[in-house]
Amino acid sequence: MTTELDHPFIGKYLRPEVMPHVMCPGCGNMSIANAFIRAVDKLYGSFENFVFVSGIGCAAWIPSPHFLADTVHVLHGRPIPVATGIKLANPNLQVVVISGDGDLAAIGGNHLFHAARRNIDILVILVNNYNYGMTGGQLAPTTPLGARTITTPYGNPEEPFDLAELMVHAGANYVARWTIIHTLQLESSFKKALQMEGFRFIEVLSPCPTRYIRWNLEKYEQLLEFYKNNTIYVNIARKKGVEEGKIVIGEFIVRDRPGYIRRYSELRKKAIDLWRREKE
Amino acid sequence: MSEFVSVSEIFPPGKYLLMGNEAAGIAALLANCKFFAGYPITPSSEIMNFMARYLPLVGGTFIQMEDEIGSIMAIIGASWAGLRAMTATSGPGFSLMQEGIGYAVMTETPLVLIDVMRVGPGTGQATKAAQGDVMQVRWGRHGDQEIIAIAPSSAQEMLDLTIKAFNLADQFRVPVILIPDEIVGHAEEIVRVPSEDEVKIIERKEPESVADPHFGGDGIKIASFPTLGKGFNVLVTGSTHNEKGYRKTQDPEVHRRLAWHIVNKIRKNRDKIVSFSIEGDADANIGIVAYGSVYRAALEAIQIGREKGLKISVFRPITLWPSPDRELRKFAENLDFIIVPELNTGMYVLEVERITRDIVPVYQLNKIGGGIPIYPEEIIDCIIKITKVK
Repeated sequence: MTTELDHPFIGKYLRPEVMPHVMCPGCGNMSIANAFIRAVDKLYGSFENFVFVSGIGCAAWIPSPHFLADTVHVLHGRPIPVATGIKLANPNLQVVVISGDGDLAAIGGNHLFHAARRNIDILVILVNNYNYGMTGGQLAPTTPLGARTITTPYGNPEEPFDLAELMVHAGANYVARWTIIHTLQLESSFKKALQMEGFRFIEVLSPCPTRYIRWNLEKYEQLLEFYKNNTIYVNIARKKGVEEGKIVIGEFIVRDRPGYIRRYSELRKKAIDLWRREKE
Repeated sequence: MSEFVSVSEIFPPGKYLLMGNEAAGIAALLANCKFFAGYPITPSSEIMNFMARYLPLVGGTFIQMEDEIGSIMAIIGASWAGLRAMTATSGPGFSLMQEGIGYAVMTETPLVLIDVMRVGPGTGQATKAAQGDVMQVRWGRHGDQEIIAIAPSSAQEMLDLTIKAFNLADQFRVPVILIPDEIVGHAEEIVRVPSEDEVKIIERKEPESVADPHFGGDGIKIASFPTLGKGFNVLVTGSTHNEKGYRKTQDPEVHRRLAWHIVNKIRKNRDKIVSFSIEGDADANIGIVAYGSVYRAALEAIQIGREKGLKISVFRPITLWPSPDRELRKFAENLDFIIVPELNTGMYVLEVERITRDIVPVYQLNKIGGGIPIYPEEIIDCIIKITKVK
């Protein structure tokens, strides 16, 4: 008989000591982990050379403590500057940030925009659950207009961020958005992004069954139906426009601007040449 | 031969006229610091400007971050990836970095930070000297902890003590914070720059086997440092964690063990960390406790005092934290009183009182506003007043 602990990823990519994982029933977080590990398994066959950085919140727990790899679980909002320091200090490492929308786009928003602007060579996977799940389901900068949360019991009066569009304009080399029902597309996106340089951003919509959905939908299943019927691919959306309430998914941009690492190593060479020439 | 330039090529050993902030920059290069992240702020910016110019030459990396929070977190990341890393800031920036410093304490991350003290609170007087951060450096964060704080008093010490700070940080896996006041950071003085060979570097130890702990310990021995990317599968977290980094936030015993370790590794190793100096008359009956630029005034006060028949001895804590408490107690034994001049409304005097108040009376001399130094004559005047009252 197989038990739930028998899985080819456990012991290779996931720490047996922390299985079964701690995510709530219906949470999309481990589906994202699954898609990510499948991508890594097909490309590299191991987590060797990977460093995962995450902040505070449910999504931050995807890598820490679950991933059998180097994982750095940092302060609320600060995974991106820590990842920046790690990547600059050892450019051979594949540095991946996995964290939530509150962590990366609210308290850590400043770092997110600037990391995209400077095109630092890290992959950021932003798990958007529309609210602060871990602290009890409060309003996030991604909560849809009108949606109810524990701090917007009469409906959200604020417009949410469109993070994928924001990252396109901030200068990221790769931007995609998927939902947790698009696991195959998500896996391909991970594969593509892992092999690129510069700043790469993948937003995954993975609403919180324990907090957000309870306030806004009668049944969890409605969410999956909603995703099936209300998502529209970005190329179609750009041609035909987007109806109110539809979610745009797909690859928003693929660029090949040099990453910060390449630019800085060129700068270093230039600085040394200049210094030697001045000395002569 | 390396494609990079060596530090001694850029700064051949010898004497230079340097600002304290520049001397700290040279020290960082000599100490093999290869990463600096910072954000502009007066009066510490010269350190960052210096690193932006010279770090690329020696093969290091400089990055100007979007804020001070980003700066402290980036050096934490770089430190975990195996580099000696540093940042520099002042007043408001130092306040912003406090949470990051607490994270570094909890994760036992070696790093060096220079806080060039300016007048506060708030934006205060950005270009003026103060000594108002000497308690913040010790108590500015939430939770139980110890850090190492060093107060240089000259440009030469900015160099010597910055090198020392890197060694202490790696040895004890703790943030080491230098807190020169603006006068020490900006005053230009003759500094002897040593050769790279003269600089003693204490390397980080890496775990020898997979069984080795990554964190914590008995409060005396420090766990070896499991650098990222070397196959240790290290779990770094700012939450309460066990010796392998697993979060144990519901376990009081694990928290007790960890918190006492991060406190005791400084307290119990204080003999290896604490430094101080004593100058003046061996048979003195008057003591001055001073640090930073005020220490320089106190030294001059000894001479002026002699001319007036006063016998003065100056005790200077070099490590403000941990404080040289036993040594200061011994210093206080034969004195009539101690005076503590500071560029604040009375901060380190509280520590001096804690240590010596059952032995001698402790008086304070305070000057704030405008960044005007405490002059030696003012210390003498104050001593004379106290002598008359007594």
